[in-house]
Amino acid sequence: MTVATMTPRTNYLNVAFGVKSWLLTRDHKRIALLYLGAVTLFFVVGGIFAGVIRLELLTPEGDVVTPDIYNRLFTMHGIIMIFFFLIPAIPAVLGNFMLPLMLGAKDLAFPRINLASWYVYMLAGCLGVWVLIRGGVDTGWTFYVPFSTIYSNTHVTLAALAGFIAGFSSIMTAVNFIVTTHRMRAPGLDWFRLPLFVWALYATSVVIMLATPVLAISLVMIMLERSLGLGIFDPALGGDPVLFQHLFWFYSHPAVYIMILPALGVISELVAAFARKRVFGYAFVAFSSMAIAVLGFLVWGHHMFVSGQSLYSGLVFSVLTMLVAIPSAIKVFNWTATLYQGSVSYETPMLYVLGFLGLFVIGGLTGVFLATLGLDVHVHDTYFVVAHFHYIMVGGTLMGYLGGLHYWWPKMTGRLYPELWAKLAALLVFVGFNLTFFPQFVLGYLGMPRRYHVYPPEFQVLNVLSSAGSTILAAGYLLPMVYLLWSMRYGRKAGANPWGAVGLEWETSSPPPTFNFDQTPVVTHEAYDYRRKEKRVA
Amino acid sequence: MTDFPLFPEAASTVAGQVDALYLFLVAVSAFFTVLIAASVVYCAVRFRRRDPDEVGGTFHANTLLEVTWTIIPLGIVLFVFFWGARVFFTQYKAPADAVEYTAIAKQWMWHFQHPEGQREINTLHVPVGQPIKITMISQDVIHSLFLPAFRVKQDVLPGRYTQLWFEATKPGSYHLFCTEYCGTEHAQMIGQVVAMEPEAYEAWLAGGAGPPVPPVEAGRELFSQLLCDTCHLDAGGSRGPSLVGLYGETVALAGGGTVVADDGYLRESILDPAARIVEGYQPIMPSFQGQIGEENLFKLIAYVKSLGAPQAEPPAGDGQPRTSVPGGEPTTTDTGESRP
Amino acid sequence: MMHADTHAAAAHHGPLQHQFDTLEQQRDASTLGMWVFVAQEIMFFGGLFTAYVVYRFLHPEGFILGSRQLDVVLGGVNTAVLILSSFTMAMAVWSAQTGRRKLLTGFLAGTLLLGTVFLVIKYFEYAEKFQHHLVPGASFHFASPFAHSVELFFALYFAMTGMHALHMVIGAGLLLWYIPQAWKGRFTPEYSHPVEIFGLYWHFVDIVWIFLFPLLYLLGRN
Repeated sequence: MTVATMTPRTNYLNVAFGVKSWLLTRDHKRIALLYLGAVTLFFVVGGIFAGVIRLELLTPEGDVVTPDIYNRLFTMHGIIMIFFFLIPAIPAVLGNFMLPLMLGAKDLAFPRINLASWYVYMLAGCLGVWVLIRGGVDTGWTFYVPFSTIYSNTHVTLAALAGFIAGFSSIMTAVNFIVTTHRMRAPGLDWFRLPLFVWALYATSVVIMLATPVLAISLVMIMLERSLGLGIFDPALGGDPVLFQHLFWFYSHPAVYIMILPALGVISELVAAFARKRVFGYAFVAFSSMAIAVLGFLVWGHHMFVSGQSLYSGLVFSVLTMLVAIPSAIKVFNWTATLYQGSVSYETPMLYVLGFLGLFVIGGLTGVFLATLGLDVHVHDTYFVVAHFHYIMVGGTLMGYLGGLHYWWPKMTGRLYPELWAKLAALLVFVGFNLTFFPQFVLGYLGMPRRYHVYPPEFQVLNVLSSAGSTILAAGYLLPMVYLLWSMRYGRKAGANPWGAVGLEWETSSPPPTFNFDQTPVVTHEAYDYRRKEKRVA
Repeated sequence: MTDFPLFPEAASTVAGQVDALYLFLVAVSAFFTVLIAASVVYCAVRFRRRDPDEVGGTFHANTLLEVTWTIIPLGIVLFVFFWGARVFFTQYKAPADAVEYTAIAKQWMWHFQHPEGQREINTLHVPVGQPIKITMISQDVIHSLFLPAFRVKQDVLPGRYTQLWFEATKPGSYHLFCTEYCGTEHAQMIGQVVAMEPEAYEAWLAGGAGPPVPPVEAGRELFSQLLCDTCHLDAGGSRGPSLVGLYGETVALAGGGTVVADDGYLRESILDPAARIVEGYQPIMPSFQGQIGEENLFKLIAYVKSLGAPQAEPPAGDGQPRTSVPGGEPTTTDTGESRP
Repeated sequence: MMHADTHAAAAHHGPLQHQFDTLEQQRDASTLGMWVFVAQEIMFFGGLFTAYVVYRFLHPEGFILGSRQLDVVLGGVNTAVLILSSFTMAMAVWSAQTGRRKLLTGFLAGTLLLGTVFLVIKYFEYAEKFQHHLVPGASFHFASPFAHSVELFFALYFAMTGMHALHMVIGAGLLLWYIPQAWKGRFTPEYSHPVEIFGLYWHFVDIVWIFLFPLLYLLGRN
């Protein structure tokens, strides 16, 4: 076991300088930082679009942008946030950095594929930016046919190609994670000693592998129809637009779990570290990730209760969707129970955990509303849905991502972030988030449809609240960008293990050397064994 | 309506059922949110770290607890599922006495037609206390008809009929939204449903400019204009089957299998006649694809429906609370006479 | 595809890569990676097969009519060509594992040749469809009450065989990369897994065709 040292030594950051040493690196840690830069960039772009959307919705009239621009804004907001931020954020940044460290490995199994995945991601991103410059795309991120294939005059083919290519990058990351988890674990690190973040990444990777190609082929069919006239979904030929929805949601519902599962993994890590206690019901939490991954493939039809599919398939999809609530509930209850008898401290990552728990509970429970057939008929495609998935995607995934980023920041950079500013940012995010999205539940039940750029005047008060909240939220997101950058140079030096956490990643120095460990660690204990650490310290 | 409503108006027979379900779920959600938030806060405060080197306790597994918090949510969601499914079937299974309206959606407007023949754009007048069934189709992309005050919604597809029904309970003017994103003016593809007392509705019907032609009548005319009646003789012929009493019946198909002669099958038989041929006939009927618009299709189907339904019920547009329906004379009797 | 590609690239720098402890671990990891990739490919084609099954159910007559327009002889020859190429690929793997450099190069070249023959035949099949106005779009023409369903069949025919052909082209491209490496003796019995995992990819692409051929050419023909 490597004992942590604080003496200046060669690490992955100072081992080489220069642009080439970054752009041609095969070090998973450097690639993670490349991804960090890229996803942050796309987050800012997607966030600006969201800002303009909220600005437009301040008043019932369409007074800021034209309908066409508005339609492009929410489409590009969706595409960028989903394909270029939420999907890669936790796996490609935190997962990329931490997975080999947590497994006691020198790197991922396929470092070149890892680097290639970043380039493929950037290629897709550049294509996305190119689409933006050429005037954007207006189909909604869902690309529903026949609007996308026959009626839209925007750059649908290019945007679909960007999504297709971005999918390739996730697939490359997923192959890497699956193989690395199977084949690169340190001696003694059997499956039930793995940190729960690894379980979550593994489940996510399996979902990526099985779902992404179905999106890829659906997008290919759209591209073929638009560019070559192969009217696979053309109603005039007897093609079935609802079939596209089936194929699309067969990917895109699991994609929701691609986005949230890694965050659930991060939360397990943070709860254990800041309660200094083994995660309650370890096996239940681990298997609930796999259960969510499996069930996630069986529920796509719940996006189509009012699409004209048979009432009976609605029944099946509804009951299966209800079942997803169970593993999600198991996780929440287990995290709460982890706090019991814990030694709870309130550093910033823990604040994100507490915020996450509240938001994820609301997001999850409103998911039950949407799974309930008779209720979904009313709230489907209204702001209720918008609020629900933002509670999961932003309240869940983004809180998990920010919590994880703060938690592992000292490991990644060797520096501590400024605690006071970070706490302030966490508070702003929590307050701003609720103010932005809670009114949207009310709006949705009132009947305000999504993707509307003008709306009846009686919805204005709630929309103004929401827009006001979004400014607070924006401040909460900008702050970390500033102080985290600042801390890379001026932050206090972090030791190998500033939180007193257990886990292989804390047993090497901060920042770690290029090959992570001086000697391959040997694991002799369970995950999160804080009592053992106590004995050793004592 | 107030300027700042927090809860939508409830103006249909199913609205109360949906609201009850909603309020129940709000209560359950509030309970669990508060329970979890309180537990988290309690633990976070009670078990706060008092010493930098302190670590947590050893209580980290309990099967009984795990089973408890698996079973209780499972029971609740299954209960909610059954409840939701019941409401869902009420929302989609139109009562037998529903009066049939039609709707054609296109970028970016709604076109409604009453069984009496009145046409409306983006506004739909309906009587309260009368179940209304709207058969809908899109001329271009997918749209969705959403009537929040009635708590119903149904996507409107190109090339395929979908149906939505409701029974308004309260006179008033309510929002009508398109909820499936359909392009530039999606947010403007809105309108009003005006629910009226039956008497007021009758007055409104009578107030139009000139007596409208009911779809059944228009369909009858089309039927002979398009020379449908040269093959589809009432008595049945060697070239085409009789359509009298066909609607709603189960039809045996050439090559095995059966199909219920509903709106969708009638539509398909006009546009793509060869797709499902009735047993004993040859695929000789020409396709009318591209020659008949959606509106005329609705009329033809209305006419075929009027040729008799299996339960010998009064044909659409007839009977029920409406007495002054123009063209509502019993159509079953005149089918034979009006054929050349 | 990308996977095999980068693997071939990885083969440049000595057999054992830094992240692995042993060659065996490296071989295991690569093989597992390829299997996972193949699973992904199955889902990719699965989307097309799903569309095929749904539409065949909705438009049985059009699909039978469409199927009758395909040249079953050319399709059959192509099936034979691909099965033969799978055999040469298997022999190439065996040659790599047993260190027969010249045989390996020969079998890889044979596989490339057969793959090219397949693509050339496919080209002639496509060209014939163009001549007969069977390519969906404005120029499509088919005199039948089921013309629309036939057009749908051909939309799927081109999508499915096109995606398969694209995989063949990628495979052929990789072979062009592998053959000189094999000739230079880069693959040894200890370091044969790049050839093995490429073999997995090639066999997978063949198997997709083994499903496509009966579904598109044979089913309902009589």
